[in-house]
Amino acid sequence: MTAPSAWARFAVRALLGTGGVLAVAGLWEAYKALGPDTGVVVHGVVVLPRTTDMAMPHVWDMLHKFSQPVNIFSGHQTVGSAVLDACVFSLKLAATGWLIGVVVGFALAVLMARFRLAESAMLPWIVLSQTVPLIAIAPLVRRWGSQIHIGGWTWTSENSVAVIAAYLAFFPVAVGALRGLRSPDATHLDLMHAYGVGWWRGLVKLRLPASVPYLLPALRLAAASAVIGTVVAEVSIGLRGGVGRMIIEYAQSAGGDPAKPWAPIFGAIGVGLVAAGAVGLIGLLLRPYRRGEAS
Amino acid sequence: MSLAATERAEATLRMRPLRDARFTTLLAPALLGVATIGLWQLVVDVFNIDAFIVPSPQSIWSEFLDSRSSIWHGMLGTGRNALYGLLIGAALGILGALVANAVKVIDLMAVPIVAALSVVPIVALAPVLYTMFGAAANTARVIVAALTVIIPVYVNTLRGLRQVKVVHRELMHVYAARPVFVARAVTLPTASPYVFTGLRIASSLAVISALIAEYFGGPVDGLGKAITTAASSSNYPLAWAYVLGSILLGLAFYVVTLLVELRVARHSSPSTSTVSL
Amino acid sequence: MTHALTDDAVTKDGCAIRASGVGRVFAGTKGHQVIALDDVHLEVAEGEFVSLIGPSGCGKSTLLRIVADLDHPTSGSLTVFGKSTHQARVDQDYGIAFQQAGLLPWRTVAANVGLPLEVHGVARSDRQTRVEELLELVGLTDFARSYPDQLSGGMQQRVAIARALAESPRLLLMDEPFGALDEITRERMQAELVRICSETGAAVLFVTHSIPEAVFLSDRVVVMTPRPGRIIEIVDSRPTAGHARDDEFRDAEEFFHTIARVRELLHGGPVAAARGVETR
Repeated sequence: MTAPSAWARFAVRALLGTGGVLAVAGLWEAYKALGPDTGVVVHGVVVLPRTTDMAMPHVWDMLHKFSQPVNIFSGHQTVGSAVLDACVFSLKLAATGWLIGVVVGFALAVLMARFRLAESAMLPWIVLSQTVPLIAIAPLVRRWGSQIHIGGWTWTSENSVAVIAAYLAFFPVAVGALRGLRSPDATHLDLMHAYGVGWWRGLVKLRLPASVPYLLPALRLAAASAVIGTVVAEVSIGLRGGVGRMIIEYAQSAGGDPAKPWAPIFGAIGVGLVAAGAVGLIGLLLRPYRRGEAS
Repeated sequence: MSLAATERAEATLRMRPLRDARFTTLLAPALLGVATIGLWQLVVDVFNIDAFIVPSPQSIWSEFLDSRSSIWHGMLGTGRNALYGLLIGAALGILGALVANAVKVIDLMAVPIVAALSVVPIVALAPVLYTMFGAAANTARVIVAALTVIIPVYVNTLRGLRQVKVVHRELMHVYAARPVFVARAVTLPTASPYVFTGLRIASSLAVISALIAEYFGGPVDGLGKAITTAASSSNYPLAWAYVLGSILLGLAFYVVTLLVELRVARHSSPSTSTVSL
Repeated sequence: MTHALTDDAVTKDGCAIRASGVGRVFAGTKGHQVIALDDVHLEVAEGEFVSLIGPSGCGKSTLLRIVADLDHPTSGSLTVFGKSTHQARVDQDYGIAFQQAGLLPWRTVAANVGLPLEVHGVARSDRQTRVEELLELVGLTDFARSYPDQLSGGMQQRVAIARALAESPRLLLMDEPFGALDEITRERMQAELVRICSETGAAVLFVTHSIPEAVFLSDRVVVMTPRPGRIIEIVDSRPTAGHARDDEFRDAEEFFHTIARVRELLHGGPVAAARGVETR
């Protein structure tokens, strides 16, 4: 009865995870094979989807799509490489948005941690800010931006997308960092007080390290939010080149090619996972500060 | 004795005079809001900014009052989809967490799916959902809202279920208590603050995603469609009035969830009662 | 609270706990084994107060957990009132209190005390009467409607003890129940426990790392050593005839003498004479 090694545990997890994905694919195919063509309708409401190839393409068709040319005019470029290009494009915008969001969110958190009045005045609005439907203000952001010319530099649609991504990304950082900065024990705060350390040095010496366990999940959430914001903003601004716009374009051609719109959707999932994974790497660097992290 | 110290700190926090609490929780944000709106109005007036860039709060408000019946109608349409989505998503999320908590294999199998669903912009699924469920019905919108809700509810519920203290679990074991009693007396009360944290996050998300799903097609009866229609006919104050309506709708969902939470979980651990993720 | 004493299930051998040759081996990482308990023989008579004392890692808590059916021996056997530990748990033959009070934060004090009664389907009105009795016993009648977070640590621990006594068990298992309390509260709680035990006549298995506490409370003190967890000696600590366990006893010659004896055993040789209270 020895404890299993880390590798064995990892292998079990990977195996079960793959099993989970396969189970979903199996469920999809099983329902497609057995369910009625018109879907399951209860009281005139479609509760389960239609099962035609049009509505639910086969899983293997979706995967096969990646290796096929985008369209008859595009020559050699496959759907796979087109999606990859779009993903890289979107990932860059999301990263910019994430960075802006983290800086803004963290600054707000420090402000709120320093002044309790700032917290009570601002926190409700920060929460409220996330109930604003982003897509509604996306065209406005672009219009505001188009008024900005500084020297030779002009505001582009890419900048608008990044700003909108930042708008979603700052929220988890602000809330998570605030909780983290407030997390040190009273004992430790008393200790800092006894050392005659001022608030700002206490921030660096105590509050900042103590906030790491709260900050990392917040950064991960912010990464996912930034990706979501990027994709949605690309759609509503109509910016070409990214995976968001691609979902719409491919969906319009779904009539003749139902498997095609799934390719950029998988691409979007990939972008999100890469973004969250990259933040996970930051967590590895900060490992000493993560002892006693709440999982 | 850091434990005693934090206990004391929490006790003083609880005992803060009501007057003080009123000021910081209600008056301070209200003042900030009024100041911001005032400044906004001032800037628009002084610099004579065109409505297509940003309309003044005053013009938005008058549009809001003029079109309140159609805004109300839109709120009902979007709100209904969001509500169904919230209820379905919450039920599935809680159920899924209960299953994953009981069966370790399912928990591990769900990991990549949960990871994928939490990073994919669910609204991007709207186009394929419309083809799957039909573009004439609201089903796709409800499903978009439900999918958005499932993840935070599932993740938080699962976390809550894992917070059951060893002492409490052992106590129930020593009492030879039946599983149903353990769930009722220990597991659910322990998890409930976490479930509500998930629901609180999910509540306004449900509204936003139901609204955004309207941009991708479907019948014309919600706020999302109304916003695009107003914006495309260059009636910007009206578009903003609809945005205001959607904010109010999101806020209503959030507040109702909060009120339910306050009623249900009054004496659970105080640290989870603040805004959290 | 008298029904425990008139219970028809009279123990066959007059023993509350009988452990013979009990061993517990934990599997560590990479094939290492930790022997938590090795060949433990112990009998606790009905109504007897027995303390387990020793440094951390000596297996005293493990032994108590085995009695409570929270853990299982890897060798030897252990019975509670002549039954298997599993059966004793199902029959609810014992009450238990942990180092942490372990109260449910969302229940009032009264509802916490009534929890075991509720688990076992005692009717609401009977429950109420019993809870009132218990709260009076631990002196918390005024706090019935309070919530645990409104009580001090000592009060919470008293609630936990009341809860352990709820079903008038003939055996009480206590795992460092006063470990987190300050010295003054602790002595007061000890005095209360002595009173409660004499009123209920329950046997007690009491885990502690405080020598004076063990000597003050117990009829016998079981001294244990770690790696592997073993009993090295059992010291009789009953006050001689004519002495009661009260504050006077804390200043008595024999009290110090027994403390010195236990300490000697724990340190593996004679040590400087005891000075009493500062030892914990």
